Amino acid sequence: MISLAGRDILHGWGKFVLTGVGLGLLIGVTLSMAGVYRGMVDDAQALLDNSHADLWVVQKDTLGPYAEPSSLPEDSERPIQAMRGVAQAAGVTYLTMQIAQGDKDVRVMVVGTEMGEPGMPGQPTHLIAGRQIVRGHYEAVADVKSGFALGDRVKVRRNFYTVVGLTSRMVSSGGDPMLFLSLKDAQAAQFQKDSDAIVRQRARTEANPQLNPPGNPAVAAAVNAVQSGNTNVNAVLVTITPDADPDLVADAIRRWQRLTVYTRAEMEEILVQKLIANSARQIAMFLVILSIVSAAIVAFIIYTMTIGKIREIAVLKLIGTRNRTISWMILQQALGLGLIGFVVGKIAASLWAPFFPKYVLLLPADSIRGFFAVMLICTLASVLAIQAALKVDPAEAIGG
Amino acid sequence: MADGITLENVVKTYGNGDTAVHALRGVNMSVAKGEVVGLIGPSGSGKSTLLKCLGAVIEPTSGKMTIGDQCIYDNGWKVRDLRALRRDLIGFIFQAPYLIPFLDVTDNVALLPMLAGKPNAVARKMARDLLDALDVGHRAAAMPSQLSGGEQQRVAIARALINRPPVILADEPTAPLDGQRALAVVALLNDMAQQFDTAIIIVTHDEKIIPTFKRLYNIREGLTVEEIPQGIASPAPAVALFEGDTARDKV
Ligand SMILES: Nc1ncnc2c1ncn2[C@@H]1O[C@H](COP(=O)(O)OP(=O)(O)O)[C@@H](O)[C@H]1O
Ligand SMILES: [Mg+2]
Repeated sequence: MISLAGRDILHGWGKFVLTGVGLGLLIGVTLSMAGVYRGMVDDAQALLDNSHADLWVVQKDTLGPYAEPSSLPEDSERPIQAMRGVAQAAGVTYLTMQIAQGDKDVRVMVVGTEMGEPGMPGQPTHLIAGRQIVRGHYEAVADVKSGFALGDRVKVRRNFYTVVGLTSRMVSSGGDPMLFLSLKDAQAAQFQKDSDAIVRQRARTEANPQLNPPGNPAVAAAVNAVQSGNTNVNAVLVTITPDADPDLVADAIRRWQRLTVYTRAEMEEILVQKLIANSARQIAMFLVILSIVSAAIVAFIIYTMTIGKIREIAVLKLIGTRNRTISWMILQQALGLGLIGFVVGKIAASLWAPFFPKYVLLLPADSIRGFFAVMLICTLASVLAIQAALKVDPAEAIGG
Repeated sequence: MADGITLENVVKTYGNGDTAVHALRGVNMSVAKGEVVGLIGPSGSGKSTLLKCLGAVIEPTSGKMTIGDQCIYDNGWKVRDLRALRRDLIGFIFQAPYLIPFLDVTDNVALLPMLAGKPNAVARKMARDLLDALDVGHRAAAMPSQLSGGEQQRVAIARALINRPPVILADEPTAPLDGQRALAVVALLNDMAQQFDTAIIIVTHDEKIIPTFKRLYNIREGLTVEEIPQGIASPAPAVALFEGDTARDKV
């Protein structure tokens, strides 16, 4: 058997390959979009994995700490620690902010963790250089993605912190690199007011006769101390003992501490289904549009190629070529275009993935799915051309 | 002459009712294997319609057609697969060579046997032998666009001959060629008809080649086909007929 499609393509390969490359760039964009989504899910999972927690205890009736603000007293940790099945419990604060890095800004998630004993949930893992925070104040561990190096001085709000350790792949669910501080430092940073605000607040307190009763200045001083201090955390991360059932422990904490508790599975659901759901829909929209555009391109090119051969097709039919041979020729050309497009797209997506600001995760399974989607789209796109070819009357080859 | 192609009372009416066009009103003709006949007639007389019926491209309204000893039409098709019928029993030559531009010369000729399931090597060998016989063997590897008009037409003839069909239909095959080449093509077709024992019907307008036919069918207003035996050295009647035809065509 002879491949009519292959011979036709070889005969005019320049146009065919150029179209294939153009289609490939579109497919590359499509694959990258899927990769961006996978990257977001992976970032979310990395965040959960790297927290080393089995349970997340948060402010009652919130989806905290990642999807909604959550705040609970630091000392909620102690009764939790005492519950059966709980191995470790540690308060943690999260605050996403913009900080200066050299002469540019970098968006980081400042994480306050309890540094007391090593191995507490919430502490930085994946240390690739340096060490953990050992002093209570003014030390930081930064993720390499932030651009900081060991020994750098990082300014968070009003204070400077020295980078003593570097991690990799410690990112927020939004993909921002983490910057770890001790819990105390992080609390101070999170709730710190600037001097003017403090001055104004003191003035307000002192002007209020209830907070500043005449003849008793100690009251105003106490109120000021309460107002400027902060002992809240955003969540308490809990690890459970090996024999405990996370759902049962979570139930017990919910019942006895009247707090909201999420297991790992529930947290994953919140991050993936709720937090990045909109982005996922956004990306799905792009995928649909890109698929339609790709289909339109393939359909247009294959249709044009077929219309350009209409006389040859009439001759082929007249001398006895079967419809199935002609349809197969057109289908093969559409599939060939798809194949070139897919290969170019896959290569392009891999080449440009590192240049995306967000993590782009190209899963082989997505590529396989993409391949079949491309082939399906090309098949559908060839329908129009095949119809046109089948409509050709072999009598047209004989002059009127 | 039962072993060539025979038409008995073939009628073709396009449309029906008031708008019916009676393109063929009972055509009788018979061409033996090894014989070349011309089919002439003024414009609109039904030449193309007849050729399409002969070629099993359109269905006659009534009548009977036989190729060899196989009846292919008797008030209805007698074969189910008309594509296979065309592929195996009828060779086509067109006004222009109509070669497939993306296949080289050999594969243009070898295409039909390949599509019919012959191994590529066998089909190509058949094609090359035929191209040699037609004096274009040296262009076997060329693409159609690299050939001269005469070479292209030879390749087209080879394509029509490749399946050794009992009948070849040629639709004004000399139209694009000058006098010398036109005569050469007709001479070639005569050779081929004898060499491959094929009945060849040539529809033509071409005055230069009309005197070369031993037998001519002149079709007039789709009504009847009269057979005009050519005097051995008297092409005059045919030319006269033809002149009337061209005068009409110019209107
Ligand atoms: N598809 C068709 N439908 C209707 N009438 C047709 C069709 N094809 C040809 N005719 C008519 O049939 C007659 C014969 O045409 P044709 O066979 O093309 O003659 P020729 O080839 O000798 O010029 C003409 O009157 C033409 O208009
Ligand atoms: Mg005609």
